[in-house]
Amino acid sequence: MKNSVIESNSLERPDREPANASKTQITLQINSIPHTLRIEPRVSLLDALREYLDLTGTKKGCNQGSCGACTVLVNGDRILSCLAFAVQYDGAAITTIEGLGANGALHPLQAAFVEYDGLQCGYCTPGQICSALGMIKEFNAGLPSAVTKDAAATLDLSDEEIKERMSGNLCRCGAYVGICAAIRDAFRFEVPR
Amino acid sequence: MKNFAYSRAQSAKGAISLISLNPNSKFLGGGTNLIDLMREDIEQPDALVDVTGLSSSGIAELPDGGISIGAEVRNTAVANHLLIRERYPVLSQAILYGASGQIRNMATVGGNLMQRTRCYYFYDEASRCNKRTPGLGCDAIAGFNRMHAILGTSENCIATHPSDMCVALAALEAIVHVEGPDGERTISFDAFHRLPGDTPHAETDLKPGELITSIQLPPLQFAKTSRYRKVRDRASYAFALVSVAAALETGDGKIRNARLALGGVAHKPWRAYQAENALTGAKVGMETFQRAAEAELSGARGYGYNSFKIELAKRMMISVLSEMAEAGGVR
Repeated sequence: MKNSVIESNSLERPDREPANASKTQITLQINSIPHTLRIEPRVSLLDALREYLDLTGTKKGCNQGSCGACTVLVNGDRILSCLAFAVQYDGAAITTIEGLGANGALHPLQAAFVEYDGLQCGYCTPGQICSALGMIKEFNAGLPSAVTKDAAATLDLSDEEIKERMSGNLCRCGAYVGICAAIRDAFRFEVPR
Repeated sequence: MKNFAYSRAQSAKGAISLISLNPNSKFLGGGTNLIDLMREDIEQPDALVDVTGLSSSGIAELPDGGISIGAEVRNTAVANHLLIRERYPVLSQAILYGASGQIRNMATVGGNLMQRTRCYYFYDEASRCNKRTPGLGCDAIAGFNRMHAILGTSENCIATHPSDMCVALAALEAIVHVEGPDGERTISFDAFHRLPGDTPHAETDLKPGELITSIQLPPLQFAKTSRYRKVRDRASYAFALVSVAAALETGDGKIRNARLALGGVAHKPWRAYQAENALTGAKVGMETFQRAAEAELSGARGYGYNSFKIELAKRMMISVLSEMAEAGGVR
């Protein structure tokens, strides 16, 4: 997927500014493209993406850290962009759902979500997919989970492990069976046995 | 959310001097709790000093066999550190039982200690809360208090401390290292968080401008077999109704050493001293475990919707102790 970020890399939105607002200049490396912004410190990373950079793939669900819809990757690690101020991530490399596909093709995990019906309404899907990518990085680094019986043994990406590790991403349509199947299938070859 | 000034500190001294510039300023760690509270207007700082970039030694082994964890280290890094997993498994497990993968990647160790309660009435501006407005009253006491405290409560507050990690740190007798305008000092883990008493808004022993710099885990041989158990309303990603952190050393059929702490039951991570006293030196077995659990919960008080926690806490203590005695083999 070609990155559809708007051309301007310096956005000013005078109509949004209260008087005396103090602004900070930051640069976010989003999907390998640098974006320089002058924003108030109170702007969340989620709002910076959606409202200031028109990267609306990342979704605002609860805006309080309960649902996972806003999950993005920072240097490959999954975080909640709603519980983050954009200024905290000055200089960081951020990957959003818009940055996953390449040359017009879906990322293999995106394709697996389509194949296994890992969604109904689709609102939680960008967060689910970014979260799963961060999850598999943690898994491959040997991080145990709350359901890992023997943390010293080789980890097995069982459904129980997937459910526990993905529990920060809610799906109100209840497409969990398809979400688990998609994740299991997409990472079949990546998991060391 | 009210706007604020943001700055990033490079050193603890720099952070402390930045915070002293404005009395209504706060340190910012991972932000997973503070940003939420600011969005709800419960916290309204004029300035935030980001302390996640402070250089410390991270997670380091100490000469006495203990471990030091920098306050800025993320929860995931602690949970996955080999020395922690090997020597203090209860700490790794407690972290992994808390929050979600995303939040554990953001949350810092220092910030985890500074979490505020998730009491619904604390969050609800239309309710009375002595934490938000001292002297106003508490709507939780006669309200829907399923999540609330049964130990160490006062007529002013029955909120619980929400952390899982801190329950393990209480059992391990961690030492909190802080630095402030008057220099450095250490605080025992038990003294760090307070019971509500008449001042439920004063939650920790920190003085104005003091910054948590690291957490020290003293050496504890028998913590190798420690474990964490948590009961909650969902299978994952929910705060504890009751949790137990435990370490047990047995020998010759007797309990040589025991460490126990409870989560979800008090305004602070609850070190179960009375249960430990009942266990130490006693014969390994159900009778001892039951006596210990009864001793610890003898002073508990239920408030209606949370009264089940008294029996739940006892059963969890007994269950965890039995499991550990079995796994360790009674010698």
